[in-house]
Amino acid sequence: MPRLPPEAPLLGIEDLAGRRGDRLLFSGLSAAVAAGEALRLCGPNGCGKTTALRIVCGLLRPEAGRVRWRGRIVSEPPGDPGWRRELAFVGHHEAIKDTLTPLENLHFARALRGGRAPRRPAEALERVGLAAERDALTRELSAGQRRRAALARLLLDESVLWVLDEPAAALDRDGAGLVESLCSEHVAAGGALVFTSHQPLDLASGRVRELRLGGA
Amino acid sequence: MAVPESAGGAFAAVVRRDVRSALRRPSEAVTPVVFFVVVAAVFPLGTGIGPATLAAVGPGALWIAALLAALLSLDRLFREDLEDGSLDQLLLSPHPPALLAAGRITAHWLLTGIPLLVAAVPVAVLLALPARALPVLLGALALGTPTLSLAGAIGAALTTGVRGRSLLLPLIALPLLVPVLIFGTLAVRAAAIGVSAAGPLYLLAALLALALTLAPFATGAALAVGAE
Repeated sequence: MPRLPPEAPLLGIEDLAGRRGDRLLFSGLSAAVAAGEALRLCGPNGCGKTTALRIVCGLLRPEAGRVRWRGRIVSEPPGDPGWRRELAFVGHHEAIKDTLTPLENLHFARALRGGRAPRRPAEALERVGLAAERDALTRELSAGQRRRAALARLLLDESVLWVLDEPAAALDRDGAGLVESLCSEHVAAGGALVFTSHQPLDLASGRVRELRLGGA
Repeated sequence: MAVPESAGGAFAAVVRRDVRSALRRPSEAVTPVVFFVVVAAVFPLGTGIGPATLAAVGPGALWIAALLAALLSLDRLFREDLEDGSLDQLLLSPHPPALLAAGRITAHWLLTGIPLLVAAVPVAVLLALPARALPVLLGALALGTPTLSLAGAIGAALTTGVRGRSLLLPLIALPLLVPVLIFGTLAVRAAAIGVSAAGPLYLLAALLALALTLAPFATGAALAVGAE
């Protein structure tokens, strides 16, 4: 296998097509994301942004095209389960259990990921402003606080690729600022970011490229 | 601080999470076992049969109640994980889906199988089961309830995300669960009339071995497909 040049993109999206049910949502989607870059998928509601993100993560099989990570195809079986250690995904549903506290939720997330995590769950919660609520049951928290707990999951390990679906949904102005600063730090540290957002995120560093879906 | 690095750590984390979650919602956690006791308790009243006949049909009634109780709780097995996004995170973990499915199934058995075993003692009295059949009953339940959780999980995983799944689940799961019902009933009935129950017990053990080796993989694969 030829060695990749150092500038090679981390994530490659090649001629991707996605569908929901019988409806083709998008096709011919291509983009590359290098270290320190952010890619924002945009388009009207129902144009397939979430579907595209799920395909990038490997939760959905693409209708056509492929996804590469560090030059290797990850969207087709057998894939490469190891690449998931480099991926962190926060979807529209937060995957935060109501019956557990934010701290327990994060401990679970860390155990699931294999726990190479350099950052401890309590520190991650502090960073997202949930230090005081870390031992409260999540069902007693607001939607915005749940979202913050989900974002804290991103900080548990040094995932290279963040895939975020509307990360600022349900968040107040401070929360949106938190998302911006987390993403900025991630990109500045050489991470890659793919996200959807209705409100534009103002990343202090790095480039944000936009990829428009729909209206094909 | 010790952080589980291995696959075993992830398995244990799933079991711990599910058991802890369930214990914080005790009313939901006890529903299957209450259902089991209620069905077994009204059976003699509803049929109005005497102790002699009851001893003959009691084992069957007990196993039917256990099977329905399992079915009742299986419907929820993966639904919540699907709805709150946890299933995505499980599938995106570096571990094989089968391992995580095995964790979920283990938790299900701990939360429904074990209480069922405990509740079986008073239920056996309600159904006029002779005392000498009790060890065989508990042994058969100990072998049969894990198979119910394992085989039922395949059905639950297949129907997760399907609309109207509450109807679909019994249709898919029942053929997988009926062998447990048959051999479980045979074992208890044999013990009740004082003959050896070894044959059906061995068959229950064989079913358990089969389910243990196949069900986690089938469940994991069904979940991965169902997430799409």
